[in-house]
Amino acid sequence: MNRITEILANPSRRKLLVPFFTAGYPDLKTTLELVITSADSGADIVEIGMPFSDPLADGPQIQYSSHLALQNGITLRTIVDSVYTLRKQVSIPIVLMGYFNPLIAFGEKRFIREAAHAGVDGLIIPDLPIDEAMAYSKYMKNNRLSSIFLVAPTSTDSRIRQIDNMSTDMVYAVTVTGVTGTGKKFGQSTDRYLKHLTKILTKPFVAGFGVSSPESAQRLCQYSDGVVIGSALVQIIRAARTKRASVSKIGQFLKNIRKSI
Amino acid sequence: MARKFTTLPNSQGRFGPYGGRYVPETVVYALTDLEEQYHKIKKSSTFKKELQSYWSDYVGRPTPLYYAERLTEYLNGPRIYFKREDLNHTGAHKINNTVGQILLARYMGKKRIIAETGAGQHGLATATVCARFGFECIIYMGAEDIRRQAPNVEKMKLLGAKVVPVTSGSQTLKDATSEALRDWVTNVRTTFYIIGSVVGPHPYPMIVRDFQSVIGKETKRQCLKSFGKLPHTIIACVGGGSNAIGMFSAFLNEKNVRLIGVEAAGYGLQSGKHAATLKKGKPGVLHGSYSYLLFDADGQIILPHSISAGLDYPGVGPEHSYLKDTRRVLYESVTDKQATDAFKLVSRLEGIIPALETSHALAYLMKARKQFTRRQHVVVCISGRGDKDMGIIKL
Repeated sequence: MNRITEILANPSRRKLLVPFFTAGYPDLKTTLELVITSADSGADIVEIGMPFSDPLADGPQIQYSSHLALQNGITLRTIVDSVYTLRKQVSIPIVLMGYFNPLIAFGEKRFIREAAHAGVDGLIIPDLPIDEAMAYSKYMKNNRLSSIFLVAPTSTDSRIRQIDNMSTDMVYAVTVTGVTGTGKKFGQSTDRYLKHLTKILTKPFVAGFGVSSPESAQRLCQYSDGVVIGSALVQIIRAARTKRASVSKIGQFLKNIRKSI
Repeated sequence: MARKFTTLPNSQGRFGPYGGRYVPETVVYALTDLEEQYHKIKKSSTFKKELQSYWSDYVGRPTPLYYAERLTEYLNGPRIYFKREDLNHTGAHKINNTVGQILLARYMGKKRIIAETGAGQHGLATATVCARFGFECIIYMGAEDIRRQAPNVEKMKLLGAKVVPVTSGSQTLKDATSEALRDWVTNVRTTFYIIGSVVGPHPYPMIVRDFQSVIGKETKRQCLKSFGKLPHTIIACVGGGSNAIGMFSAFLNEKNVRLIGVEAAGYGLQSGKHAATLKKGKPGVLHGSYSYLLFDADGQIILPHSISAGLDYPGVGPEHSYLKDTRRVLYESVTDKQATDAFKLVSRLEGIIPALETSHALAYLMKARKQFTRRQHVVVCISGRGDKDMGIIKL
């Protein structure tokens, strides 16, 4: 059974904490350590970013980590193989997130098959909205990979319903009109938007884009099932003096967030 | 039955398999809205009249079809005609489209305009219409392009536009486009994104084509008037492909007219340093549509190269991809060196300095001279003027 389906089926589950790491940043070995540390520090699902040369939905932090990851020679092949290795050590659900073109180069269906086989639980493709994803949804389902689609503050109600319908287990709510890592303070309009989503969506949803502190995580969790944190983690890793230090700093940061939600 | 090309794209924004809408969810509603509003305004006679009047009194249309007598003599035929898009206000075909889109923006009540630019011609054409309509204007331009197209940057600033240097990636058109998209995702509620070529998510490739199709419609009329029939061949350069689509669209169903698009071969097709997307690329997704694209085995975009900033782009419009596969248009390429030689030769022979982009179309004609007889008529789309390129060309 898909690990995401499994944790969502738990009626007394806690708020979901979902860290995002770019595969291969600062290097592949450290990425794997970060995933393991996350599992031990209160994370419920881990998102692994598949770097792309032109990440147009991402802000400066993830542009930076993607650029370095590509310089480190990361490919979809190495990512799928790494998940296979990771699966011997962690049981936490793993979601891969990345742009569509590398999947085309790999072969979309072949990628879905191999990712599922390696132990991946879900996929998020930010430049593949529901309209273009129809062709793959059945194939994803057959391979027991969860399709996670994004809703945005600009999505209409009828569109939110379609996204809810197309998503397998859960939905990802983009909190701001903007790219990742804006670091803006969430105000009442975000509260209203998330509250509105709780009324329309039938599936659980996590909120992301711009979550940077225990306070912001707490605020979003009032009206959602959890939070995704990405750019803020890149910043912590960049600021750490060594790779080893970055792993322990991330662990500490996630524990703090865990306590707050 | 002959294939009809005039009904594309379909309702999903597809030209055959190409096109579509591969964008973050945040801007999907804006594209749906744009498509609806465009279909409405397109039918309005007030809009048509207004667009027509700006084209004639502000842009300077119709542009002439000019018989290039000395070039014809020099090559010993065919009979060569220039469609003079270089004579438009701001010196290129780009303004045909920006006038149309700014009217659309006004109709939709948006007053903040963003655009990407490579050679600076689209940025200049956008800054110009923003000045004319009193709209805020932000132009994203790669830092490398800012360096090599300095005169256009100065003009944009004079016109009141804010030129934002883009320092990510290759610092050229590809990265400027990504940055403009990021701005749009952030400010989508207030902002109209004027895309400069037949690229991007649906409905942009259709809208830009429609506004540029005035080039082909005029050319068709002018050919009949000037030499009593349609030309044997039409040649246009292709980066994103807007001047080419604008020219070709009126002739797609005229199966006796050969259509040739010319891409930038940079240092040569085998060098790996070129921008010949249709010739050497594969179908993929970048900047919102599925189309031919330059990328490596891992799906990462390959940095293109062309001496011409306007052709220095790893993608191409989805309609061109379809026209390539259906073989309605033949796509060829010429090198930096061949384009530069044509640039100089045509300047000397005709007293017309063509843009480096345009020089690719001219260079192909010279290269392919032997395919033609002396009596055949060939039209070359002179997409823009070349004074902006003086800093690049070493005499």
